[in-house]
Amino acid sequence: MNPAVNSGLNSAVNAGMAPVATPWFFYGLAGLAVVSGLLVITRRNAVHSALALIVTLLAVTGLYLMLYAPFVAAVQIFVYAGGIMLLFLFVIMLVNIERSSKDRQFNRMWPVGLAAACALLALFMTAFVKGKALFPDRMMAMPESSNTQQIAGMLYGEAGRMGEYTFAFEIASLLLLVAILGAVIMTKKKV
Amino acid sequence: MPNFITSYLGIQDAITPGAAGSQFWALVYVFIIFAGVSVAVMAMNWLERKALAHFQIRLGPMRVGPHGLLQPIADAIKLMLKEDIIPAEADQFVFWVAPLIGLLASFTVYTVIPFGPSQAVSDMNIGILFMLGVSSLGVLGIVVAGWASNSHYPLIGALRSSAQMVSYEVAMGLAVVSAILMTSLNATGTGTLSMIGIVQAQQQQGVWFIFKFFPLGLIAFGIFAIAMIAETNRAPFDMAEAESELTAGYHTEYSGLRWSLFMLAEYAAMIAVSSIAVALWLGGWMRPFPNLLQGPAWDFIFSLFPGLTFLGLAAIAVVGVVRMPSHSFFKIQRIGLAGFAAVLGFIALLLLVIAVAGRSADASGAMSPAARFREGIDYVYWFVFKVAVFMYLFIWYRATWPRYRFDQLMKIGWKVMLPISLVVLIVTAIVGVLVS
Repeated sequence: MNPAVNSGLNSAVNAGMAPVATPWFFYGLAGLAVVSGLLVITRRNAVHSALALIVTLLAVTGLYLMLYAPFVAAVQIFVYAGGIMLLFLFVIMLVNIERSSKDRQFNRMWPVGLAAACALLALFMTAFVKGKALFPDRMMAMPESSNTQQIAGMLYGEAGRMGEYTFAFEIASLLLLVAILGAVIMTKKKV
Repeated sequence: MPNFITSYLGIQDAITPGAAGSQFWALVYVFIIFAGVSVAVMAMNWLERKALAHFQIRLGPMRVGPHGLLQPIADAIKLMLKEDIIPAEADQFVFWVAPLIGLLASFTVYTVIPFGPSQAVSDMNIGILFMLGVSSLGVLGIVVAGWASNSHYPLIGALRSSAQMVSYEVAMGLAVVSAILMTSLNATGTGTLSMIGIVQAQQQQGVWFIFKFFPLGLIAFGIFAIAMIAETNRAPFDMAEAESELTAGYHTEYSGLRWSLFMLAEYAAMIAVSSIAVALWLGGWMRPFPNLLQGPAWDFIFSLFPGLTFLGLAAIAVVGVVRMPSHSFFKIQRIGLAGFAAVLGFIALLLLVIAVAGRSADASGAMSPAARFREGIDYVYWFVFKVAVFMYLFIWYRATWPRYRFDQLMKIGWKVMLPISLVVLIVTAIVGVLVS
């Protein structure tokens, strides 16, 4: 075992951290995500759907961790599983579940949904078939121990230079700010 | 011994079993922490009833064991034997799974709590985010429990709880960010989210973040200390289970073992958030004044503290034995308490011996196994000591302050704590840039 520890703050060096039973974890998490994803759209009870959606999100979190992207995984838990799903449940609890679960489907959107799903499937199939040509041959060398710092470097830039994605990031944050203001103005009776 | 046991022990650097890739020792740590937290929850249960009683000039539990020391065990047995009722109109599966969500969430965060530089299950790059995120999942258990009970009071409790959590998480997160900003004040200018890294940053800068940029660190800590009470649904912010308004809030319909799981989750979450506060602002595992009172002599004096603490507890138990009424009715209790005192005294002796043995090895220069062991005990002791102070504060708050009204609670969260934490964050960033 290699006990290499670099001095300084990033003591989380994965010295000799070999992945364990990778395929099993992948298939387990992927299967969990698919099964709970199916439960989301098949349950009639909205709260059950929401709980299944939480399981899906957590399974995807596990997949992010397997891709050595801990920061994205943490944000997924923090924002989606923790925050947004809580608000989902908050709203669903105010709905009369018993009556709504007896309702029949009242809109005719399923052809659109089917088309979208087919398009997504086609996209995935193309990526799967042409994967070798589309993606680089080897995995990106991104040590887990500095994942957050590297993301920060890409978003905010390092050593006075603008980062690769600074502009897109700032645009996205502006969009979110506008959305927040819009939500506040829409709910407030008197501004 | 097989390689998977010895390979981790052979590593000289301070590294967690998770980072060293030693599954065996990670599992051992998990079991130790799980057992420790469970015992701590039982002790906390006893202490809370006893302290609350004394605050209100009552005696508290006195019947089961001397001074009610065995009361938690009696409670646990009672709760396990009680009938576990599921209301007929409840959503059976969700009702069943809700306590487990809270329990899993509050126990999962213990993987990254830094009891020492190597005394943690693992050290993640995203440590503090992981802790905040996973502990925020605990509220899902509360919300879902309230809904599944199919009853009015639990539903209101669950709604209150979710609104409260969402509101206070914002202020809490901003306070945490201002502490994380302080970790970047080093030569490289790069901060860290790892729990161990945050404590090491305080070590390198030679100051606990509560005293950094006075009073900025103190204000951020204060906001976190308030928000964490709201996050764990404790008095004076226990709106979700306000017993005078909602019977018992979200767990009104729960009974027996399932109810006790909620209690276990709540206390485990309290310890977890206190650990975040200790690691971020109070120097984690560091003993008081490591930069002023340095040297082997001071190290030795401070390493006596664990032993002396247990010696003090043993002395209290001995006083209890002496003061026990001399009636034959108390004979068994007296013997039991004397035995407890003997056990505490033995632990104290053991810790003192380790402190002395570790010291004599220090003189030779190299870190002997005894010295490393002593160091580890010191780290864990100081961390647990600081967390224990917070645990006592939780009891103290509950005994002192009346419960807030819900609209007051929301007003404080959004209109007072959020602006203050935003200002603190911005000012911390400005001061940090000016300093570096």
